[in-house]
Amino acid sequence: MAAYPEMKHLVIDVHGWLTEPQLVHIYSVGQMAPGPNMMMVAAIGVKVAGIAGALVAAAAFFIPTGLLTFAVGRAWNKLKAWPWRDSIQKGLAPVAIGLAVAGTISFGKGSITGWVTAAIGIAVFAATLRTKVNPALLILAGAVVGGIAFYPR
Amino acid sequence: MPVAQPSTVRHGVSVSQIFWAFLLIGATSFGGGVVAYLRNSLVSKNKWMDDAEFLELMSISNTLPGLNATNMSILVGDRLRGTTGAIVALFGMCLPGLIFMTVAGIMYGHNGDRPLVVAMLRGVAAAAVGLIAATWFQIGKKSVKGFYDAFFILAAVLMVNHFKVSVPVVLLSVGAVAIFTYRPHVAEQREQLSEWIRSLR
Repeated sequence: MAAYPEMKHLVIDVHGWLTEPQLVHIYSVGQMAPGPNMMMVAAIGVKVAGIAGALVAAAAFFIPTGLLTFAVGRAWNKLKAWPWRDSIQKGLAPVAIGLAVAGTISFGKGSITGWVTAAIGIAVFAATLRTKVNPALLILAGAVVGGIAFYPR
Repeated sequence: MPVAQPSTVRHGVSVSQIFWAFLLIGATSFGGGVVAYLRNSLVSKNKWMDDAEFLELMSISNTLPGLNATNMSILVGDRLRGTTGAIVALFGMCLPGLIFMTVAGIMYGHNGDRPLVVAMLRGVAAAAVGLIAATWFQIGKKSVKGFYDAFFILAAVLMVNHFKVSVPVVLLSVGAVAIFTYRPHVAEQREQLSEWIRSLR
C-alpha cells in the first residue's frame, strides 16, 4: 500500500495509462487475487502493452526488490553483531506503517465517494477485525452490494 | 528477538517440493493474508522450519521493501535450497496471481465500461479499503510501541497525504530520523521509558 501514492502519480499523472477510477478498480481486484496483491501491476501492464506488458510490469516490480531481499537475507546473520541492524528495524517499522496508512488514505479518497461506499468500507473493516470470514468473500460481498446499489436505472 | 538455530531447517528438501508448496500458497491465498498461508504450509504442514525461524524471517521481510509474500518466498527458498530455492519459491508464489491478474486486466479492458461492472467494482473498491485499513490497524496495534512510533507514523502520513512529499523522500527523511532515534544504546533507554509510561495506565 505504501507504493500506492507513487503508483498513482506515475500511472495517472505522468504516463496517463489509466484514469483514477480505473486504477482504483484494478487495485481493488488485485486485493481479491491469490498471491501477492501487488501483482495487480500485471493488469496495468497488460492494458498498456498486452501480455508482454504484463510480464515486464511484474518483472520490474518484483525482481529488483527481490534481489535486495536476497542479498540482505544472506547478510542477515553476519549483521547480527552490527548494533545499527536493530536500530534500522525499530526505526523503519513505524515508517513502513505510516507509509502504508498514507497509501490507504490516498486509495480511500478514490474509492470512498459517498455513504454507500463508506458503509461497505466500515462493514468490511469491522468484519475483518471481528470475524474470521475469508477476505475474498468480504470483497465479493462488496461487489454484490455495489452492483445492486450503483447500477444505473 | 528470536534467534533460530540452523538445525531447525530441514535439509534434503527438493526444488520441486519447494516449487509446489509455494505454488499452492500462491494459488490459494485469495484476498490476502498470505502470511497465514505461509506459516501453515512451512511450519505446520511441511515442517520445514519452526516458529522461531519463521518469525525471524518475517522480521527480516518486514524491514525490507516489498511484500511479505515475495520476500518470504525468497528468504525461505534460499534457506532451503539456496539460490535455486529462492527462484523457484518466488516463481511458484507469483505465477498463479500473475495469470489471474493478466486475465483480469484483459477482461477489464473489454468490459470495464459496462455499467454493471463499474457498479460492482465500486463496491469492490470500498470493500478493499475496509480490508486494507483493518489489516494495517492490526499490524499497528501489535508493533507500535510508544510515543516515538506514533509520531513517526503521523509524520509519514502528514508528509505524504497533506504535504504531498514523494514516498522515497519521506522514507529517507523520516526513516533516517527514526533510525537515529533508535540508535544503539539509546534504543533500550527509550523502550524502558515507553514501557514505564505504559505501566502507568
